[in-house]
Amino acid sequence: MERPVAIELKNISKYFFGKVIANKNVNMTLYKGEILSLLGENGSGKTTLMNMISGIYTPDEGQIFVNGKEVVIRSPKDAFDHKIGMIHQHFKLVDVFTAAQNIVLGLKDGGVYNQKSINARVSAIAEKYGFNIDPKKKIYDMSVSEKQTVEIIKVLYRGADILILDEPTAVLTPQETEKLFAILRRMREDGKSIIIITHKLNEVLAISDRVSILRKGEYVGTVNTSETNAKELTEMMVGKKVELKINRPKTQFDKPLLEIRNLSINSDNGSRAIDDVSFYIRGGEILGVAGIEGCGQKELCEAIAGLRKIVGGQIMHKGESLIGLSAKQISEKGVSMSFIPEDRLGMGLAPSFSITDNMMLKNYGEAKGPFVDRVTARKRANDLIKRLEIVTPSSETPVRRLSGGNVQKVLVGREIESGPNVIVTAYPVRGLDINSSYAIYDILNEEKLKGTGILFIGEDLDVMLALCDKIMVLCHGKVMGIVHAEKTTKEELGLMMTGSLDLTEEKKDKRFGIAKDSNLTEEQWKKSSEEENDDRQ
Amino acid sequence: MTGNKTVHEPLFHVVKREDMSVKKKLLIYAAAFVGGLLLVSIFCALCSEDTDNPFEMFTSMFDGVFGTQRRFWVFLRDGALLLGVSLALLPAFRMKFWNLGANGQIVISCLVGYALMKWGKESGVSNAVVVILMIICCVGAGIIWAAIPAVFKAFFKTNETLFTLMLNYIAEGLVTVMITIWAPKGSGSLSPITEYGLPSIINDQFLPILVVTLLTVVMFFYLNKSKHGYELAVVGESENTAKYAGMNVKFITIRTLILSGAICGLIGLLLVGGINHSVNPTSHAGMGFTAIMTSWLANFNPLVTIVTSFLIIFISLGMGQVRQDFGFYNDAIANVALGIVYFFIIACHFFINYRLVFRSSKRPDEDSFIMNRKAPEKKPETEIKETTEEKQGGNA
Repeated sequence: MERPVAIELKNISKYFFGKVIANKNVNMTLYKGEILSLLGENGSGKTTLMNMISGIYTPDEGQIFVNGKEVVIRSPKDAFDHKIGMIHQHFKLVDVFTAAQNIVLGLKDGGVYNQKSINARVSAIAEKYGFNIDPKKKIYDMSVSEKQTVEIIKVLYRGADILILDEPTAVLTPQETEKLFAILRRMREDGKSIIIITHKLNEVLAISDRVSILRKGEYVGTVNTSETNAKELTEMMVGKKVELKINRPKTQFDKPLLEIRNLSINSDNGSRAIDDVSFYIRGGEILGVAGIEGCGQKELCEAIAGLRKIVGGQIMHKGESLIGLSAKQISEKGVSMSFIPEDRLGMGLAPSFSITDNMMLKNYGEAKGPFVDRVTARKRANDLIKRLEIVTPSSETPVRRLSGGNVQKVLVGREIESGPNVIVTAYPVRGLDINSSYAIYDILNEEKLKGTGILFIGEDLDVMLALCDKIMVLCHGKVMGIVHAEKTTKEELGLMMTGSLDLTEEKKDKRFGIAKDSNLTEEQWKKSSEEENDDRQ
Repeated sequence: MTGNKTVHEPLFHVVKREDMSVKKKLLIYAAAFVGGLLLVSIFCALCSEDTDNPFEMFTSMFDGVFGTQRRFWVFLRDGALLLGVSLALLPAFRMKFWNLGANGQIVISCLVGYALMKWGKESGVSNAVVVILMIICCVGAGIIWAAIPAVFKAFFKTNETLFTLMLNYIAEGLVTVMITIWAPKGSGSLSPITEYGLPSIINDQFLPILVVTLLTVVMFFYLNKSKHGYELAVVGESENTAKYAGMNVKFITIRTLILSGAICGLIGLLLVGGINHSVNPTSHAGMGFTAIMTSWLANFNPLVTIVTSFLIIFISLGMGQVRQDFGFYNDAIANVALGIVYFFIIACHFFINYRLVFRSSKRPDEDSFIMNRKAPEKKPETEIKETTEEKQGGNA
């Protein structure tokens, strides 16, 4: 029996710069009432392909059929006319407008703007699929998941039957992801067709009916989700056999390298970002930090690196206080920090600089005299390119022209190359595909074996459970508990992230984050704490 | 292709290119420059009552710039001065600090210079003392005028474009005020003080040329090789990156603008002490604004700035002569001409950064590539970013 087809792509090709292949002869079918996952590494052309369906790009070759009829989609409006809607990775909302106002933005039906009826219609859609939203709430008051809800309703409001979601789960907690998936399933029952892009294999397996795979812009194939597994999918995606296991090498834990006690930090707007946090990292240990984005991770990183003033508490490195030292002095002590923000390039790298110039970002000052030493930097750049297999035409290529994975290798590589004893790294695999992610995990593990202490701030709980030795969970800047990765579960971590479970409350007698074999005695801690207080007054 | 219809794409795409050779770039620039001049020459011939031959404009222009030895010296001097101001803007612009206040920084320096010369004349101290004081105070005045917006930007995040622009008017206003104080009666302009000022070497034109030549060398190394140059470029790229690398962004911002202001002050010193010997609100001759264009056109490269500065001075001096020869009564037509050439040069950037791909043009396949007429260089696949969304115009 023929299933009704929602979208069919025939031999779609797209070239950039006139010669770079983004998509080549892609054939794909989306049936009505199904959820199709689109899988592929970074740069495999997933987003480009979806952009062609939603009218952002036009294909250079090939045909698009919607409901069996050939169509031409020249603009997002054309796409909506064919009932196709895309939810982009980066939200496009007006902050000062309400949810409902954002949803109707750009619509011209009837020319009458009746806030009340719009609100009612938005609520009706929300109720139908089980969204939780207040149409009158302003965007700036919303959490990331609420904003995403607005984007989805925006598309539904325009009557879309075909929804495309570009990495919707990248910004969600496991609980929120579950909720989203429930909604998507309800939509499927309602006869909607959905394409979802995600890097996370477990999600692909959980939500989709079928999986289509792209590799380097070319269509590899489509498989039924029920008949496949993570390993097979990865192999199709990468094009060769891969080992899908994150190692957690056993190491001899040394004395605590970095000890933090009762640390409090304010965020830029003056609210408390980190509240009375204590923890420690030993040499040869990876301590994971889990938490919903924006609950103090960035502030914590910056405080350790000496880039942000702290409100109270202590940061001890091998028994010596780091407080009051400049960022440079701290990095000279061997504490390195790399923070990968959402846009990847904004911090830590200068996008239009060459790899060479980026290599000397942190130690250009060491050269003698008034001039920078590019010769040494170039040598280090070339060494790094070789060691980490960075794909680049040369060491003089601007980093913004490298792919995401290679950019991150440059960044993480530079930090490691400086020979640190403590590495603070936030979201080092953000947005990376499986292959590149594993390369980064390997680098971190290598450092761990050398006896470096690593603070790993991450988003993917599965990864953290496999990679980290211990995991500290933050919620609104407070520590919810520090657990051994081997002895906890994803569910427990999820509950702690949302603040529903607070181990520090439940196990009051256990002093979380206080090392028994601290570099300092309790008296010394007390004394140092008093001194700090005196300084502050 | 096996009978696939290709389709319904827009007539042409605008595609970004990043791989043009230097030679080709220069060729496009030259074509734009000549093309612009050609249009101007036709325009001038049409407007002129004295002549109908557009090509006379070219001879007239060359005559205006190279006709006499003096004209040539003036060409070199004016080119050098404009180059100097451009060099002043480069470090600020590389830091993405839009210093639009070079005019004000120059004029305030001229004002201070004139005040010192006037004081010298009245008190009768030796010229050497006056010159030394002038060097210190003129450069100092430029520094202060540039450092004020830098400090505000560093500490209060004020918008430097508006701030520097407003300081231009304040500086010019101050000059007007001082003129009414120093010359309350009469012509409303100050009499030149030729007894004091910078010494004349070879002729009046040589000193600025010498100073700017040295400055160009220094700035080349400062911007491209020094730690300071590296730091300010990082700040320009991303303040967060600079901060994360442990740089003191505030300090670098102010330091760079001090340099920028100091160079403007130096140009002011050359103007008042060696060329004008006087001061008026337009002593800067608009160079502060023209230099924005020269440095921008040169893509903030000090060596290319030499070319752009002299080209612009060539047109403006040349058009001066054209104006005389063609019998234009005012310089409006000369300005129109300048505008046309600027426009051509700026517009040609489009062809350097983008290429048009027409619907009918053949698609590239593995081994042949029509647009380039040569085999494409194999680029590593991974270099391609997934979101190569850069300027896919024509279909929004």
